[in-house]
Amino acid sequence: MSASGVRGYLDELVDWATAHLTGEEVLTASLWGEDSDFVRFNHGEVRQAGSVRQRELLVDLIEGDRHAQGSIQLAQDPELDRARLGRMLEDLRETRRLLPADPYLSYATDDGRSGERVHAGAPPEPDWAVSRIQAAGTGRDLVGIYAAGDTFAGFANSLGQRNWFQSTTFNFDWSFYLQADKAVKNSYAGRGWDDEAFGAKVEWSSRQLDVLARPPVDLEPDLYRTYLAPAALQELVDMMSWGGFSLKAHRTKQTPLLKMVTEGATLADGVRLSEHTAGGVAPNFQEQGFARPDEVVLVEGGMYRDCLVSPRSAREYGVPTNGASAWESPDSLSLAPGDLAADTVLDELGTGLYVGNLWYLNFSDRAACRTTGMTRFATFWVEGGEIVAPANVLRFDDTAYHLLGSNLVGLTSETEMLLDPSTYQGRSTASVRLPGALIADMRFTL
Amino acid sequence: MTVADAAIHPLEERFRAALPADVDYASIRFSERRGEYLTVRQGVLEPVTTSLDAGVMVSIWAGGGHGYAATSDLSPAGLAAAVERARHWAAVTVGRNVLAEGVPLDHPVGTYASPVADPWDATTLADRVELLRATDARLNRPDGAAGPDPRIVDWSAWLSRVDTDSLVLTSGGGRVAQHIRNSYPGLRVTANDGSNTQTRTYGAGAYVGQGGREVLDRYGFAAAADRVPREALELLAADNCPSGVMDLVLAPDQMVLQIHESIGHPLELDRILGDERNYAGTSFVTLDMFGTYRYGSDLLNVTFDPTVSGQLASYGFDDDGTPATRQYLIRNGILERPLGGAVSQARARAAGTPIEGVANSRACSWNRPPIDRMANLNVEPGDSTLEELIAGVERGVYLQSNNSWSIDDSRNKFQFGCEYGRLITDGELGPVVRNPGYRGISATFWRSLSGVGNADTFTVMGTPNCGKGEPNQEVGTGHASPPCRFAGVEVFGGEE
Repeated sequence: MSASGVRGYLDELVDWATAHLTGEEVLTASLWGEDSDFVRFNHGEVRQAGSVRQRELLVDLIEGDRHAQGSIQLAQDPELDRARLGRMLEDLRETRRLLPADPYLSYATDDGRSGERVHAGAPPEPDWAVSRIQAAGTGRDLVGIYAAGDTFAGFANSLGQRNWFQSTTFNFDWSFYLQADKAVKNSYAGRGWDDEAFGAKVEWSSRQLDVLARPPVDLEPDLYRTYLAPAALQELVDMMSWGGFSLKAHRTKQTPLLKMVTEGATLADGVRLSEHTAGGVAPNFQEQGFARPDEVVLVEGGMYRDCLVSPRSAREYGVPTNGASAWESPDSLSLAPGDLAADTVLDELGTGLYVGNLWYLNFSDRAACRTTGMTRFATFWVEGGEIVAPANVLRFDDTAYHLLGSNLVGLTSETEMLLDPSTYQGRSTASVRLPGALIADMRFTL
Repeated sequence: MTVADAAIHPLEERFRAALPADVDYASIRFSERRGEYLTVRQGVLEPVTTSLDAGVMVSIWAGGGHGYAATSDLSPAGLAAAVERARHWAAVTVGRNVLAEGVPLDHPVGTYASPVADPWDATTLADRVELLRATDARLNRPDGAAGPDPRIVDWSAWLSRVDTDSLVLTSGGGRVAQHIRNSYPGLRVTANDGSNTQTRTYGAGAYVGQGGREVLDRYGFAAAADRVPREALELLAADNCPSGVMDLVLAPDQMVLQIHESIGHPLELDRILGDERNYAGTSFVTLDMFGTYRYGSDLLNVTFDPTVSGQLASYGFDDDGTPATRQYLIRNGILERPLGGAVSQARARAAGTPIEGVANSRACSWNRPPIDRMANLNVEPGDSTLEELIAGVERGVYLQSNNSWSIDDSRNKFQFGCEYGRLITDGELGPVVRNPGYRGISATFWRSLSGVGNADTFTVMGTPNCGKGEPNQEVGTGHASPPCRFAGVEVFGGEE
């Protein structure tokens, strides 16, 4: 059954469940699923190839202010799924009887919120994609993953609300390796394959490899003027998103941006961060059926503005929800561009580090938004605006208030849309849109 | 036949009927995971969630190619469609995959079941909720204070339990049924004063394992409800950890991460063979090091041991059907063998570097293919008491409970942070310090191991969320260790 067929199937299943509710019960159902192909490559050969078909349904059975929720995998066999769902409703009813009232229960009750967001696509046939990728890797040490197919999410409740999200995409996330840890990472993602665009990316990576072949420099721990390419900056803003924009984290003083709240600490004037759902590729509704606005501005003029608020936090703290998920982290984060022309970045850097990617970040002092992590892939030492040599990996340890605040020289005027290649549980629909960042001094420690 | 066997049995004949006979090797791996997730936060029961996640992965090897297909559709038609999809992928990969010849998999027969002394099913949901309610109520009243402490701004207690029944059938008559029962209790207390926020937990998530209610007693869950908030407040009042090169004593719940990141991942054979280079990274360890390389001091002994009773990642067979046995990976500091399953070992052989591995080919669920993972990876005990380890330090710190981990893609340059530290001066434990961290390089760090706790200090733990692989997978791994002492490590504190 196709993704669009799953939509009708969800409707029918929820209609069936609605007919089996008792008393004043309300049912909400949130579905997530995928029909994906995954091909993993190493040394230009296939390591593992296969397909995954999954549909997880999360149901919340509510009566008054009591509720219980459960999830099942749908087999998409009506008889089997109705039997499973029926058993689950019985179990949830019994569980709910034993539970106290939930003071923070919140769910959408306005059926005018129904809607759809469908991103149609036509990825290439997987057999063709394997051949094309292997051809691109000829003479190179290629390693990576090709993922393609449908991802979909739906919401339906017994009050008549229906929402549907569907996206058909491919994402080839790969590296060309030169030796040991010297490599260039790249990705090619979209809804339809443009072989010219793919070829250009392969050519770019090949040129970077030529530079990586130069003898590497070993830099001592120190402060270095640094340019972070968008993919590297993504790692930093991902860490800020780890509680930084969550209302619950703010109210419980666990946000890494605590000093912006308690001491009025700021980022640079030009920093404007938002959850830009309209510009992303994620669902525009969340699992309790609340719609997401086109944009929620999180930081403006370097100062903290709004939080992401889940329906549960909204009840707990007495503020309106803005359609955030339970985790209150962005799915479509956007950082506004600056005025550095991308083609002048090396000149503006002068002498310092060009960092293509960062890796494995974590907080070294969460309350101070101090983060540590490693350089990875294409990182170069630059002198006089010219790339001199690849740099061996370095560990940084610095705060967001320095990197995007007092030490931020500027942001590039061009931004890149980076689709999240993550496939934990299933293929991610998150993305970011970011410029590059030139930093006067970045602290490297190991 | 066990009860869980009976639960699987109605589908077993259907699975077996779906296995194709006209290929070199085929398997169906069924997994059914049932979870219950309970949390009480600040006196409020969070939404109670149960889950039932069931599906199969069909794997086919034919003519030198291999492919898989995973589906939640367990109808005969759904299984047939998965078989055809896996067969298709096997055909597509003929002559273009990393292992061109042979099928390195057997047709095993066996069972495994977690030891459960005190099953959760003997309690009611109301019992479990009340246990958490009563525990949560103590978390903002350190040591039984009459009223709540206003400095404690968030607190919660939780209990997750996940039962997994799996059944692997192979085209050659293999049948492995395993029944895993995991319990994940937790406590978390956050205290705040202005811009200073400190969080203390119950073992940083490491106090988890196989079993029922006894898992809580194993790790002192009840007593921790007093200790955790007290220590959160101690941290709030403490100075930042000092910076400098000094000796380090790591508690078992920090050794978990130290072992995991700087021994476990570097020794994964698929990393060494390059599979993870686009995502999780490579390794500073190379195939020529096994048998000769000095990984650590003479005191370092590391075993791969999925046979430890009650440890989080114990099992009878890995997901490729290799029987699980205890093996030394590092003995007296010398590297002996990698964490590599049957497929990785075959690839190494094909590349001209035959090497013995372990039974560690694991998948996170029915929807991901097996890859090389840690299972239980343990530092074996030495002969020191904790007091003796500390007494041997002139200037240093004693660190507990990981809260930050970062390491380079070769698994060499690392930096870890901990929740709770105590200064050590002239062999005596001193004041508490906050935001303690340390950094080092794997290749030299373990050679600075200068003391290992004895069997009485050996603690069996685990880490529930280890990410790796493309497509990504998250599995639980077990780690057991005594406290250990390291000489001359770079230590630092938080932002002043």
